[in-house]
Amino acid sequence: MFQPTIVVVGNGMVGYKFCEKLLAKSSHFNIIVFGEENRIAYDRVHLSEYFNGKSATELSLSTASWYTDNNIKLHLNDPVQEINRTEKTVHSLKGLTVRYDYLILATGSSAFVPDIPGVEKEGVFVYRTIDDLDLIKAYAANAKVGAVMGGGLLGLEAAKALIDLGIEETHVIEFAPRLMPRQIDSAGSSMLLSKLKSLGLNIHLNKNTAAFVGQHKIEALQFNDDSRLPIDMMVISAGIRPRDELAKLAGLHVGTRGGIIVNEKMQTSDEHIFAIGECALYEGMIYGLVAPGYEMADIVATYLTGGEKGFYGYDMSTKLKLIGVDVASFGDAFITEPDCRTIIFEDTHKGTYKRINISNDGKYLLGGILIGDADAYNMLLQTVNNKIALPPNPEDLILGSRGGEANEGAGVMNLPDEALICSCEAITKSDICSAVNEGACSIDEIKKCTKAGTGCGGCVPLVKDLIAGTMKANGQYVKNVLCEHFDYSRQELYDLVKINKVKNYDLVLDHFGKGDGCEVCKPAVASILSSLWNDVIVKQDTIQDSNDRYLANIQKGGTYSVVPRIPGGEITPDKLIVIGQVAKKYGLYTKITGGQRIDMFGAHINDLPEIWEELIDAGFESGHAYGKALRTVKSCVGSTWCRFGLHDSVSFAIEIEDRYKGIRAPHKLKGGVSGCIRECAEAQSKDFGIIATEKGWNLYVCGNGGSKPQHAQLLATDVDSATCIKYIDRFLMFYIKTADPLTRTATWLNKMDGGMSYLKNVVVNDSLGIAEKLDEEMQQLVDTYHCEWKEVVENPDLRKRFAHFINAPQEKDPSVKFEVMREQVKAQW
Amino acid sequence: METVADIEWVLACYTDDVPENGGACVKHGDEQIALYNFSRRGEWYATQNLCPHKQQMALSRGMIGSTGEDCTPKVACPFHKKAFSLISGECLSGEEYQIKTYPVKVTDGKVYIGIA
Repeated sequence: MFQPTIVVVGNGMVGYKFCEKLLAKSSHFNIIVFGEENRIAYDRVHLSEYFNGKSATELSLSTASWYTDNNIKLHLNDPVQEINRTEKTVHSLKGLTVRYDYLILATGSSAFVPDIPGVEKEGVFVYRTIDDLDLIKAYAANAKVGAVMGGGLLGLEAAKALIDLGIEETHVIEFAPRLMPRQIDSAGSSMLLSKLKSLGLNIHLNKNTAAFVGQHKIEALQFNDDSRLPIDMMVISAGIRPRDELAKLAGLHVGTRGGIIVNEKMQTSDEHIFAIGECALYEGMIYGLVAPGYEMADIVATYLTGGEKGFYGYDMSTKLKLIGVDVASFGDAFITEPDCRTIIFEDTHKGTYKRINISNDGKYLLGGILIGDADAYNMLLQTVNNKIALPPNPEDLILGSRGGEANEGAGVMNLPDEALICSCEAITKSDICSAVNEGACSIDEIKKCTKAGTGCGGCVPLVKDLIAGTMKANGQYVKNVLCEHFDYSRQELYDLVKINKVKNYDLVLDHFGKGDGCEVCKPAVASILSSLWNDVIVKQDTIQDSNDRYLANIQKGGTYSVVPRIPGGEITPDKLIVIGQVAKKYGLYTKITGGQRIDMFGAHINDLPEIWEELIDAGFESGHAYGKALRTVKSCVGSTWCRFGLHDSVSFAIEIEDRYKGIRAPHKLKGGVSGCIRECAEAQSKDFGIIATEKGWNLYVCGNGGSKPQHAQLLATDVDSATCIKYIDRFLMFYIKTADPLTRTATWLNKMDGGMSYLKNVVVNDSLGIAEKLDEEMQQLVDTYHCEWKEVVENPDLRKRFAHFINAPQEKDPSVKFEVMREQVKAQW
Repeated sequence: METVADIEWVLACYTDDVPENGGACVKHGDEQIALYNFSRRGEWYATQNLCPHKQQMALSRGMIGSTGEDCTPKVACPFHKKAFSLISGECLSGEEYQIKTYPVKVTDGKVYIGIA
């Protein structure tokens, strides 16, 4: 079968995207790519992140194996030198001659370097490729003052790069009277100017550079107004020039100011040669953004595979963050009265400038500019592109609705299906919604199956809103129900069970649920029953999660671990000896846990009751390491021994651990008490943390470690011990009653309307009038404490359940095997 | 055609040995079989005890329940909550696992598992 050969000149973002798009449409092409750089295609849009620690590999758009896997012949470090149009061949620097059926020019652009005397001096750079960045980085190590020529988008990016590299004094030199003249108006530009100046950037407008001064390396800039600026290095970022030299040499038509002239099919004056991206000139215009480049790539790929598609200009709206300042322009940003009406909001205090241009009849949004705060950008752009009718008070679009109901997210769902959400990948609203309907419910899944958000990333917030909105419209998560068996949230079910005084799972299911239950609602109801009635949980063992069912943590290989409570981390030598003896007798591996206690691993289920009998005889209690319950209250050594300690943190930790031990909650709970501000107990990473002050205790709540660490927040200052305990009582009880299953206090607080100030009001100021009730409920739980293991050890029926084989209770699970590691055992599996 | 004669009925235990709405593990030679007393529905089920996901001998310690419109009975492994149909043995958590199921009969308070 005839396989046409496609030669792609240029391995930048657009050249790469072309290969990707063509492969997605057909595999009947023989693709050969020539690249000038020695790297595979990388993300130039986020080039400045290279200085924030992103590596060249992380910036890569794919891997070397992607090219081989897709049978693409890639020639890196080998730019094409010549095109022979009669022979239909290209000739490369390394001497390769390759025949083509179709030739794609994706040569991109180069930095425009003005013809200023001294431009060849050492210390003068351009900002275009990773190699440029490496050179800048190396030179910046010995430079104190740096300057960027160009106050446009790329110039400000380069200035940011110099700041990131630690250049003490960074100057921006702009020839025009304002910054970013292509994107924003003069009022927006002066707002940006003052914002950037306040961030330490030195900006010089109306400056015409006459010469780069210095012996060998650059030492100063000489301006036309006879002023001088001493500098150590210079980055030129004064615009781009299309790379059309190859095309020009081959006799293709090019524009007078550069650019390979193409038609709407991206065809050059030779029908077998196409040009895409920043080297292409369509109707007198160069499109210097990645999204239109990708669109051009798609048009050529479509054409080559027999499809019909054309290029008819492109929306050049952009949103970016320049040195931490949002800058956006969209639609027709510069249109002025009388062709439209403009609404302008300016806040010099916060440094925001917002302008929208609306049609004279007040019906449609035409365009606008946002500086300092561009959160509204995506919605505004959609409003322009989809000709959405404006609300009666269009100023709400930039000011937010003041008073009245806030209607978040609803706007996104009102967009028409064909609304373009991701312009880089040309993904519409309906593409995203149908992906959600087919089960993709997270941004990562959407990225994977639609590619939306994988280009510049600007649409990601909009995509997230669409995911949430679509799921909501489908009835998913509309109501926060427990599972398919209960149409109630945990909080609702908690109240129902309490009011109706229901005490076992089957009755809860009969009264309030349907079906036969599952592994989600069973432990959730078990936790509710326990938090309400504090009954011995093993009496309803089959609704407990495995760890709660066997009062031990199941480990690899099916053995269990044993953790006795060691309140505050304080333990006597005698008790230490008992732990050692028990561990030795039952062949257990021992380790100190993160919560200042000792964990014994590798216990057979059959041995658990005997192990605990021995521990309980020695005065130990269950540590509830298996439960969604209080784990430990970690303490530092405190004022009894420590020369810095203000109060006795150990005694207080023990008091608190003893108070809350055994209480079941929606998730595990951890506490900490530090005797001074040095915070050795790391109390601020706990669900509740207490730190001694000169006058009493500071109480922090809702911190956690885990995959998303979060510091606890201050709830009360300088309180005495009794008040501290009272606040923890209320805080914990409020959490137990209102949190969703398996939600830590940190997440619970994050989801709470009003956040910490609301919680503080409930706990400290009793804003809901429930404090007394919370106090009582907590006291009841404290009063009904029992050691679960003691109950089991003393009850033969309960003990019987700790067997592996029901028909051979003495036999241990033969599939459990151990091997030796560092003089202890380790599960083998 | 199913040949009933090929099934050997093995006495596993008494009905009150297995906790209500829970499971227990039965030893049959070198084989471990998970037996479930679904008392809420008055039904008994048996499957292999090994969870095929991470090769753990644990299904008998899992929670049982039902799913879907037709209330398919299921067990969820205590390790990573992979759920399996107690009728067909297919994995209900969207993965390609399959576990063995066994017929169970109860006579005079004795529970028998059918081994083919």
